[in-house]
Amino acid sequence: MKRSHIIGIVLIAAAIAIIISTAGDASSYVTFGEAYEMSKNGDSNSIHVVGELPKNENGEVLQIYPSADKLSFRFVMSDEKGKQQEVFYNEPMPSDFKRSEKVVVIGSYQGELFVADKILMKCPSKYQETTVNAKM
Amino acid sequence: MIHEFIGDLGHTFVIVAFISAIYAAFCFYKATVKKDLETATQWKLNGRMAFYIHAVAVFGIIFSLFFIIYNHYFEYHYAWSHSSRTLPTHYMISCFWEGQEGSFLLWMFWHAILGIIIIFTNKYWEAPMMTVFATVQAFLASMILGVVIPGLELKLGSSPFILLRDAISAPIFDSQPNFVPTDGTGLNPLLQNYWMVIHPPTLFLGFATTVIPFAYCIAGLWQKKYRDWIRPALPWALFSAAILGIGILMGAYWAYETLNFGGYWNWDPVENAVYVPWLILVAAIHTMIIYRNSSTALKSSVVLIITSFVLILYSTFLTRSGVLGNASVHSFTDLGLSGQLLIYLLFFTVGAVILTIKRWKDIPTSEKEAETYSREFWIFIGALSLCLMGFQVLIPTSIPVFNSIVEMFGGVGNLAPPANQIEYYSKFQLWFGVLIAILSGVGQYFWWKKIELKQLKNSLSGPLVLTLIISAIIILLANVAKPSYIALLVAGVFTIVANLKILIGLLKTSPKLSGGAITHIGIGLVLIGVLFSSGYSKVVSLNNTGMLISKQSSAEFNNENLLLFINEPKTMLHYTLKYKGERVESLDEGIYVDKNDIALTAIPHLVTAKREISDNGSLVYYKGDTIHIAPENTYYEIEYTTEDGDKFSLFPRAQVNEAMGGLLASPDIKRGLTSDLYTHVSSIRSPTEEVEWNNPEEFKVGINENFYVNDYVANVATIERLPSLKGVDLTDDDVAIQAKIIVQGEERDYTAEPVFLIKNGLVGRISDEIGDLGIKLTLLNVHPETNNFTIGATTRQKNWVVLKALEKPYINVLWLGTLVFVVGFVVAIRRRYSEFQKMKRKGLE
Repeated sequence: MKRSHIIGIVLIAAAIAIIISTAGDASSYVTFGEAYEMSKNGDSNSIHVVGELPKNENGEVLQIYPSADKLSFRFVMSDEKGKQQEVFYNEPMPSDFKRSEKVVVIGSYQGELFVADKILMKCPSKYQETTVNAKM
Repeated sequence: MIHEFIGDLGHTFVIVAFISAIYAAFCFYKATVKKDLETATQWKLNGRMAFYIHAVAVFGIIFSLFFIIYNHYFEYHYAWSHSSRTLPTHYMISCFWEGQEGSFLLWMFWHAILGIIIIFTNKYWEAPMMTVFATVQAFLASMILGVVIPGLELKLGSSPFILLRDAISAPIFDSQPNFVPTDGTGLNPLLQNYWMVIHPPTLFLGFATTVIPFAYCIAGLWQKKYRDWIRPALPWALFSAAILGIGILMGAYWAYETLNFGGYWNWDPVENAVYVPWLILVAAIHTMIIYRNSSTALKSSVVLIITSFVLILYSTFLTRSGVLGNASVHSFTDLGLSGQLLIYLLFFTVGAVILTIKRWKDIPTSEKEAETYSREFWIFIGALSLCLMGFQVLIPTSIPVFNSIVEMFGGVGNLAPPANQIEYYSKFQLWFGVLIAILSGVGQYFWWKKIELKQLKNSLSGPLVLTLIISAIIILLANVAKPSYIALLVAGVFTIVANLKILIGLLKTSPKLSGGAITHIGIGLVLIGVLFSSGYSKVVSLNNTGMLISKQSSAEFNNENLLLFINEPKTMLHYTLKYKGERVESLDEGIYVDKNDIALTAIPHLVTAKREISDNGSLVYYKGDTIHIAPENTYYEIEYTTEDGDKFSLFPRAQVNEAMGGLLASPDIKRGLTSDLYTHVSSIRSPTEEVEWNNPEEFKVGINENFYVNDYVANVATIERLPSLKGVDLTDDDVAIQAKIIVQGEERDYTAEPVFLIKNGLVGRISDEIGDLGIKLTLLNVHPETNNFTIGATTRQKNWVVLKALEKPYINVLWLGTLVFVVGFVVAIRRRYSEFQKMKRKGLE
């Protein structure tokens, strides 16, 4: 066997190893139910949960509870299967949080509470301003 | 009034730029394929003319857009959403690249300039290269075309010259179509930083230059000049890698200075998207150097150069198409260009791949395999390692793309990127770093073609011994204990020592060839700098009081932060810390001004001085002077006293930034030779929040009689009748009495001047607040009969700040390494360019 073949084989093996390890280390999108099961089974890896903020008939988000110093907040979010869960986030509330159509929380269960390390939002329009104030 | 002309002019320039680029590509194509020399020359001249027109049009677009921003034509969406009246001129340039259209424009600008340079510096390569160049430009111009193709309802590109009323539907435009907002929404204050003025142009110059080696490569394959393209492409590839590297590091430096995640690199998809092509480009440079010296690795060079350019297009697609959506916090907004971007990516990928396959068999390869004990073999292994290093980052970064592809075929893509990106990438990249460092040290000791093993051992033993000694000393002194860190440290030291030996040898004989050795020393320094500043970054603001800062926060937050009340010293590490109060920055004088010394006006960015303000003993503002400030920024003065009694102050910042989620903290850094002290506020009294005041207390006192508010001694110094009062019309029957109350703070005396007013028989009271101490004083009543006054005092919690401080050891080694690295590239570029020049003078290229 020529040496270039050996290098080629090693290269391909390394590439495959990288792909497999990526798949192993990758987080996943799950529902709250699955995430809860995972944490009960001792799996404390951070996972992604996609969901929405439950809104009343006027389109207002109600279940948001900022802390007294406004530096963290809790909110209720329902996942894609409709399960509602209280989520804690140790950062001030992002400004367009209430306007977001879809929310992705990355974190894990700590007891009965889902603690998010990071929140990503999808807003109807990513433009910060969607309307113009009529100030002359 | 709507200034339609300038927008129409800009839009016309865009269309001209688009059409002229297509025409230039066509002409240069004809010039390349025509066998007849005379017609070929004719086509070439046509192509040149078309490209010059194109360049003028690109400059025209930039001029029009800048004219709109500079003159505050807020009827245009671009100006309205990225600029405002108070924005200083130098940041108006930054407006260009805040929006996606403008950043395409910046990219085109560099291509236009580089294209002209190519036309002037190349004889033989001009036509085929410019075909590639002009095609790239046509694609980029199409991104900002903003034209709807009739009949197909297909929108091509997003124009920066779109009017606000067309971009946004607001009710006001139904009643007043010609409505123009008086002010724009402004540039994100986070980007109002000098690094953001130079980082994007540098990065985009790096992006733009990657097309040059690619174009040479394509031209070489196309013209069957398989060997000749390497020489002219090499200096450009080096230039491109150097600029791209500098651009990446500028971004890292900006993040270190401005963002508060505590570091300079976050492995965010946006960062990875530039890092990967850069690695591949560096790998390509190595295989090209192999080819120049030993005529092997030509095919690898072709593949790598093409890959690096395709990856640049891929990263453009990733960051701009919205595919990252759920994965990145700061990709561009989706302008609906994903289809166009995909076509751009696929056009060059498929085109280059087909051309390479067609020519593959003809590309000369050397019969003999490289010897194991030869330099070319080990450089090649190094290049492969760089590719794997890039591949490892590319795969997880592309997870959202895999999901989209799976979903396109009806599957469910539920793979998410690794949750802790920094930890995940670091554990792999560290070992690649070790490998690269060892190879770049060892590789220098092999000779081209072949070396005897004995000789190699002899020359390497010196550096090896020295490496082990130096590493051992560092490990002992700095207490490096983790095996992976020890490995990286030894490898880094080895590459520095080994390359230093080579460098010293070269400086005596041929300093022109020293570029490689210098660059590799830089890499070694960067690796060691990263190791210490990131691996041994240490939280020093440990909360040893045993008291929780906030019950609702995590244990980590409570342990790693310090709560400082105003003027109450606390110790941290070997410092005594004291929070001195809130400051604003005077933009004209560049000094910090105490918030207690200024009075707000109706215009947020203008305030007036309440008293004389001096800086370092010299008077800067008289009472009543107007001071220009950035109202969104508040600085928190933290005074550090060292054990020797030396004092210095840091001013970490909090910024009200709606676009980035409310409040944003930026660090202030005390730079030291061996370590940086990195301080940022992690919690503050929100400047936009209403505060709760306690129930008022009443004091009945005479002149100079002490009373106690919030544990501070206060007294009424004087009382006087005011002849006039700002904002109130006083008639002869009205009375305004002002008390001057002195409150003795820990550090200084504060003055409050509440006013008691009788106007038209009605009593009014104007309170005055001492922000630092959390006291609000009111003159409730005046009793002339007893010469007494009633003072009302309400209190709130004293001002406080929660602080986090980190020590970043040896971060200067990282920045030093960067500089050395750049110097190495400059030396290498000079050498390779002079080689190209020599050949050109001989009329060969």
